[in-house]
Amino acid sequence: MQSYLAFVRKEFYHILRDTRTLVILFGMPIAQVLIFGYAVTNEFRDAPVAVIDNARDELSRELVHELVSSGYFKLVDQPATADELDALFRAGEVKLGVFIPPDFESDFFRRKQTTLQFLADGSDPNYATTLLNYGSQIVGNFQQRHAGGPENYQVGVEMQLMYNPELISAYNFIPGVVAIILLLISAMMTSLTIAKEKEMGTMDLLLVSPLSPLTIILGKVTPYVLLSMSNALLILLLGYFVFDVPVLGSFWLLTGFCLLYVLTALSLGILISTKASSQQAAMMGSLFSLLMPSMLLSGFIFPITSMPWMLQKVSGVIPATYFIELLKGVMLKGLGMQYLWFPTLVLATMTVVLLSLSWFNFKIRTK
Amino acid sequence: MNGIEIENISKSYGATLALDALTFTVQPGERFGLLGPDGAGKSTLFKILTTLLIPDTGRASVAGWDVNKDFATIRRHIGYMPGRFSLYPDLSVAENLNFFATIFGTKVKANYELIRPIYEQIEPFSKRRAGALSGGMKQKLALCCALIHQPKVLFLDEPTTGVDAVSRDEFWVMLGELKKAGITILVSTPYMDEAARCERVALLQTGKILALDTPANVVNAFNQPLWAVRADNYYQLLLDLRQASFTERAEVFGEFIHLTTHTGTDRESIVAYAQSGGHGNIVVEPAKASIEDVFLALM
Ligand SMILES: Nc1ncnc2c1ncn2[C@@H]1O[C@H](COP(=O)(O)OP(=O)(O)O)[C@@H](O)[C@H]1O
Ligand SMILES: [Mg+2]
Repeated sequence: MQSYLAFVRKEFYHILRDTRTLVILFGMPIAQVLIFGYAVTNEFRDAPVAVIDNARDELSRELVHELVSSGYFKLVDQPATADELDALFRAGEVKLGVFIPPDFESDFFRRKQTTLQFLADGSDPNYATTLLNYGSQIVGNFQQRHAGGPENYQVGVEMQLMYNPELISAYNFIPGVVAIILLLISAMMTSLTIAKEKEMGTMDLLLVSPLSPLTIILGKVTPYVLLSMSNALLILLLGYFVFDVPVLGSFWLLTGFCLLYVLTALSLGILISTKASSQQAAMMGSLFSLLMPSMLLSGFIFPITSMPWMLQKVSGVIPATYFIELLKGVMLKGLGMQYLWFPTLVLATMTVVLLSLSWFNFKIRTK
Repeated sequence: MNGIEIENISKSYGATLALDALTFTVQPGERFGLLGPDGAGKSTLFKILTTLLIPDTGRASVAGWDVNKDFATIRRHIGYMPGRFSLYPDLSVAENLNFFATIFGTKVKANYELIRPIYEQIEPFSKRRAGALSGGMKQKLALCCALIHQPKVLFLDEPTTGVDAVSRDEFWVMLGELKKAGITILVSTPYMDEAARCERVALLQTGKILALDTPANVVNAFNQPLWAVRADNYYQLLLDLRQASFTERAEVFGEFIHLTTHTGTDRESIVAYAQSGGHGNIVVEPAKASIEDVFLALM
């Protein structure tokens, strides 16, 4: 126990005394969140809107008026057909299209189900989501005033994104950034620091001591578990306060998933370091076998459903894929364990397999 | 029983035979020197004895424990100073020492008496990062770290390589002090002149032992006539001597050439040979053999 603590303290010295490590640990997550965040967010007023009003009754005119008078939207055109609207979208002249169905007023007052359609330009995903959110909020208020009480709502709002149906936005990138950063810290940094001991020859001294392999590994990874978890928290807080990315589900479940994924990533890092004898090799190993595939194939940047089937298979063995699914489930959909047991089980299995592999491969001698 | 027993140990890396059926014994409490040039196999032998490498054949024991079977026990009772400086450069002198004390389950205070003569020399810099120390001080710190758990056997792989002459000398004095603590020391060095600091030495070359004895006996075993020769044109003289019929070997040795001749060659014939070659200011004196001469003769 004494030697474990001494080991952890030594690791913290290494981390805190190395500027490069510190920059990666704390600069990267903040930079990533802000870069991704501000690339996709902007404030808006007077967003150009086109309305296809197939009802042309009192209520539909009132609704359009309500949208425009909110200040967020500006009516630029009232095309007659969907094709015309499409042309406006292509020309970039409108960002939001609204379809009002025929018989809107009569259906509404007869308490018959009726559906408004909102269409947004998804090439700027965050902007599009914001438009849709504001739009549906206005419709919500509108209904409340006219029908009184949510139990009387019959106007459904059907939202659709053009050009970017998968919606890469703050909602998507925060879970992605968490997945990548945790991988970076837990897997890459761990494999680097173990490889460094080998490169410097200090690993030989650790081996020629009463330290057990377990103590060496635990001592190595403990600081990185703590740092990973605090980084995850940092990113979630940034997401929440700067980009309004909510955590709808249980915070503790979320923490548990992060911890599980950190363990997966750590076992990957240890496994890499059992193979790599230099920092360079560990770095290359982590970049090409972990970070790149996780960035590209986990659904973080490109939607999995639109990948060729072979890449979809690859995506199925990447831990980040399951972790992002878990994060989105808890954060954005508020799901509980009963809906998320499958990705959890996959991650847990991966962890157990990887840990045993790295345990098996950990060399108690030089070669 | 704190000695080292090596029996028929061989080790190869691919096609390179690094150790070729080595057999020798280091007595308990002995200060034993392993002399050999780069690539002789010194580090390989250290790694086998410190349980970091498994030999291909043969068996070895350290303080009575088998290097393969009882590696965990051995690791608790030996001190190892690898060939390259292998401490944490970003940790201070005191932090390094405390770390190594703790992982061996002990405290610096408990063993301070053993390292005191060495540690006192670096204590003024105890807050300095180990990476910022001079070569001599790094070496003293590494020795302190290897000693902090009072090992039975100490393995020092080229501790004086890359260290200035004064620090080298101090280092051997410190090893002399450790003798009193009864610690067996196996130390390797590429510097032949350091042989005299050991009680016994083994000359190692491409994985084989060329000679093993006390430094004095190793030198005494050299029974060929040896001359120190010098002239104005040193290099030409060396080439000329290598052509002479009386020459066994002619080697560079500081400002002199060390010339080994067949028995029966006298001083006058060497001088005459040099004069016939047109050399000026010729000096030829009988020389006393050093370990290096022995080494060259045996190679
Ligand atoms: N890891 C290794 N892989 C391949 N060859 C090695 C390795 N380590 C040492 N050797 C070779 O084994 C021989 C002995 O090396 P070593 O034990 O380091 O000698 P020394 O310490 O006396 O310089 C050399 O020829 C060296 O090139
Ligand atoms: Mg060596």
